[in-house]
Amino acid sequence: MNPVMKFIHKTGSPAYFYWLSGRMIPWLWAIFAVLTIWGMYQAFFVAPTDYQQGESYRIIYIHVPAAWMSMMIYILMAIFGAIGLIWRIRIAEIFAVSSAPIGAAFALIALITGSIWGKPTWGTYWVWDARLTSQLVLFFLYLGVMGLHSAIDEPRKAARAAALLALVGVVNLPIIHFSVDWWNTLHQGTTVKIGGGSKMPNSMLIPLLVMAIATKFYYGAALLTRARNRLLDQDRRRGWVAKKIKEDQL
Amino acid sequence: MTPTRKKRMTVVLLILLGVGIAAAIAMTALQENLLYFVSPSDVAADKMPAGRQFRLGGLVKDGSVVRANESLEIHFVVTDGPEDVAVVFNDILPDLFREGQGIIAIGALDTAGVFQADEVLAKHDEEYMPPEVADALEKTGHTVADQNAAAENKP
Repeated sequence: MNPVMKFIHKTGSPAYFYWLSGRMIPWLWAIFAVLTIWGMYQAFFVAPTDYQQGESYRIIYIHVPAAWMSMMIYILMAIFGAIGLIWRIRIAEIFAVSSAPIGAAFALIALITGSIWGKPTWGTYWVWDARLTSQLVLFFLYLGVMGLHSAIDEPRKAARAAALLALVGVVNLPIIHFSVDWWNTLHQGTTVKIGGGSKMPNSMLIPLLVMAIATKFYYGAALLTRARNRLLDQDRRRGWVAKKIKEDQL
Repeated sequence: MTPTRKKRMTVVLLILLGVGIAAAIAMTALQENLLYFVSPSDVAADKMPAGRQFRLGGLVKDGSVVRANESLEIHFVVTDGPEDVAVVFNDILPDLFREGQGIIAIGALDTAGVFQADEVLAKHDEEYMPPEVADALEKTGHTVADQNAAAENKP
């Protein structure tokens, strides 16, 4: 067996995963907290005001990281789902299903903060342009994955059905990302570009990137916490859980 | 990889491919309807019939804004460079509205070819900068738009 597969199988063993994630979660929360406090302080007290929007632009420090996360988590959910479908690795199925509510929360935060910003800047809370509509569809896709999963009792079948829906929804991601280039939209184009040429000075950009990294640690901590709970619930009659309970009681 | 897994992988890839093709076809068919607004050039080319509701997008032409003394009524010209459309609006404008700003007006052309707007939205661009930087650019005779053009010309 090659080392990669060995690692996957080892991490996939429930008892080992439970132990490893238990060690990682406090660190992930701690890094998230430090980065968020520093990033929010920079965003609200240090970063300069915008020449055109004044102070209201500062909502991007929540809006943009949330929107990025809603898309990144969807991609990861689909990848975990595909791994679960192809290799039938249970921990991947659990990761896929556990990602959905976190991604849905980020999608909703992006929609709500965007709407709050839209009123003073554009003059309206909501328009049906391609960017806003495709982001709303992303939110509904998350709800669909969660709903489909909870509608099927047998957890492994439920995870496979949810993974299929997640895969179908992947088509929406390039639409969200390129909507502002492909069609005329009210939403502006991309400000932050990977590989340089961002249309924002570093004093504004760095807090934004810090927040983007912070939200990734939040996702890691929340995902592992949810995955552990789901694993315990599914394995409540299995030997390793009984052993774990006994150990904890000592 | 075992044959079953290979088969499952093929199914997953086929789903992605199938949905992708379906979406691409649907979007090509809906191309026109997905445009949130039309430009003054589109208006000139298509000759939008009077009274038909649509969204007009473009820049507020410099020096074209005329406000009435006793009411909210405002006249201005929306341009995309080659073509202009005259617009009348009679309500409260968004804060970002000013000459040179990108806007979207919702309304219809009247028989005289003037766009009667029911609603005006400001379109924000992707540019963010501190006010001091914007002032410094003004002083040296550069506008934000010039800087954008310069940035785009860079390889």
